[in-house]
Amino acid sequence: MNWITKHKIPLGQWMENFVDWLIGNASGFFDAIAYSLEWLILGATDLLLLCPAFILIAATAGLAWWLHRSLGLVAFVTASLLLIANLGYWTEMIETLVLVLSATVLCVLIGIPIGIMAAHYPKFYTAIRPVLDLMQTIPTFVYLIPTLILFGLGVVPGLISTIIFAIAAPIRLTALGISSVPAELLEAGKAFGATRTKLLFKVELPAAMPNIMAGVTQCIMLSLSMVVIAALVGADGLGKPVVRALNTVNISQGFEAGLAIVLVAIILDRLCKQPNQKEV
Amino acid sequence: MSVIDIQNLDVVFSDKPQQALQLLDQGLSRQEIIDQTKAVVGVHNASLKVAEGEICVLMGLSGSGKSSLLRTVNGLNPISRGNLLVKDGDRTVDLANCDEATLRHLRTNRISMVFQKFALMPWLSVLDNVAFGLEMKGIDKKTRQASAMEKLEMVGLQEWAHSLPHELSGGMQQRVGLARAFAMDTDILLMDEPFSALDPLIRAQLQDELIELQKNLKKTIIFVSHDLDEALKIGSHIAIMESAQIIQHGEPEQIVLNPQTAYVEDFVAHTNPLNVLGGRTLMTPAHKLEQQGNKVILDSNHNLWVELEQGKIVQAGKGEQTLPQQEWQQLSKAEKAEGKAQSIAKGSFSIASPEINMREAINLRYTSQLPVLLQENGRFAGVLNDNNFYYALLGKHFVAD
Repeated sequence: MNWITKHKIPLGQWMENFVDWLIGNASGFFDAIAYSLEWLILGATDLLLLCPAFILIAATAGLAWWLHRSLGLVAFVTASLLLIANLGYWTEMIETLVLVLSATVLCVLIGIPIGIMAAHYPKFYTAIRPVLDLMQTIPTFVYLIPTLILFGLGVVPGLISTIIFAIAAPIRLTALGISSVPAELLEAGKAFGATRTKLLFKVELPAAMPNIMAGVTQCIMLSLSMVVIAALVGADGLGKPVVRALNTVNISQGFEAGLAIVLVAIILDRLCKQPNQKEV
Repeated sequence: MSVIDIQNLDVVFSDKPQQALQLLDQGLSRQEIIDQTKAVVGVHNASLKVAEGEICVLMGLSGSGKSSLLRTVNGLNPISRGNLLVKDGDRTVDLANCDEATLRHLRTNRISMVFQKFALMPWLSVLDNVAFGLEMKGIDKKTRQASAMEKLEMVGLQEWAHSLPHELSGGMQQRVGLARAFAMDTDILLMDEPFSALDPLIRAQLQDELIELQKNLKKTIIFVSHDLDEALKIGSHIAIMESAQIIQHGEPEQIVLNPQTAYVEDFVAHTNPLNVLGGRTLMTPAHKLEQQGNKVILDSNHNLWVELEQGKIVQAGKGEQTLPQQEWQQLSKAEKAEGKAQSIAKGSFSIASPEINMREAINLRYTSQLPVLLQENGRFAGVLNDNNFYYALLGKHFVAD
């Protein structure tokens, strides 16, 4: 046994060397990403905070009504947001919301094209599948360290970690949706003279839309579950009071901030849910 | 000239069809080729010409290659060997070697298709489904919706334009499928078992509608079916396929009267001949009847005779008695709709044209209680008696007799 431990394979060392090399050679690139993402997120947060809370609550309630035509949902959304404001977590909630939504937007922008590729080229999918598994199973703290070093403290490493964790869902569900488009719809598309692009946008994507939307919803939920971890590397939001409460063993603060996270999660989930194939 | 000309066509589903083609040439069976190369032979050495305005039915059991052959005509299946010529205006396109752009031109301007399971886009309204092909063609929204509405009216579904496909019954969905194909204004229509997924009454109704529409549209149609009755009803030509090959091609009556293999014979024996056979093929012709002086004996058992003068019927009767005669004319559809009916009196000979179909001939035989006399161009042509009908009903109509 001693013999085995004596000849340790320096896997960790290699990884560290790789990250060092990245810092040495590509820090400009990572800084540029960090700056632009930070600027976007902080800008969006400031913009939303400029809006009086009551207007935002009314707008969200309006959105809920427009999407789902359900008075119950509107009442729930309004009450929850008012409660969050009352508890004093309005600013943190907006910061969290911006982080979650920008992570989702980036996941969608990157994930859906990859998902489409994966469905069209099964070999490509086979190749990326272990990477996706890895991204979902590796403990978050492990890649928090290199992202922290590469992007510095703040909201950006939180965002990147969130994306790494959440992007597998839209990729998998887009691939599933596209590859399970009924063959006869594809044949009909081809038979009526669709080009490859038109086939994608007029047949494959609409047919796969329920699956893709499920992927986006999942992505939002996964992003939200990363809020506390993102707070550890300095991202603002509802995670921060939770971390602080943990450090000071403050039960009341922990409960209030936790409740706020749960309420945001429920609101986002209900809003995103497919309006179950409108009444026939 | 034919609109579609299929010449020695082979379709092999495989990445490397060459090997399978070689085995095919050596005379191996489909199953042997699957075992050796995993390649599936869809169509083997098919040659078929389809003339303008014709409804050509590809008939066969499932797996016989009829759908595979149909799908090569618009390039959904690859052609491994042979040629498939489609007339396109003044030029002729060979599907076996044509580029993407030409293929798309054919699909948007020459050939459209109706699918077995309708293949409507579930997220599009009925109107947008009908306009789907026009959208692919790049026609603007207003124009294509107007033209789609026209086609929807043609199939009687204008009130459903803004519904979603799943709100419609199967028969209505297939009408939408038809309208979508008609909207393309193509001369060639491919129909892949379009009515098979429908229940029998709706199927018969849509068959009638298709026949009615075809009278005005005069499209060239290739129609796949596994039902010989359907094929006989709507086809102007029928090609019967068995294990990837066309084994007989001809007009419906020829198929029924001269099946070339036991396989076709078996099919034909199970069809209903009433709608297919006519007096001419059923009758015992005049020259085969026994003659006594100027009398021709129709039925020696019942002592029925007809007297001719230079081929013309002068009188007919039973034994010593002369019986009256009545001419029978085919009523047009309009006359039938007005409720007109022809009655032939019991005990009087009916004289009809050899074009009469079997159902009507049996009716005449039944009401008059006498054999039906057939007359063409003023001359006695033959007689339809019980044994003629029995032969046909027993599925023995193809036995040369």
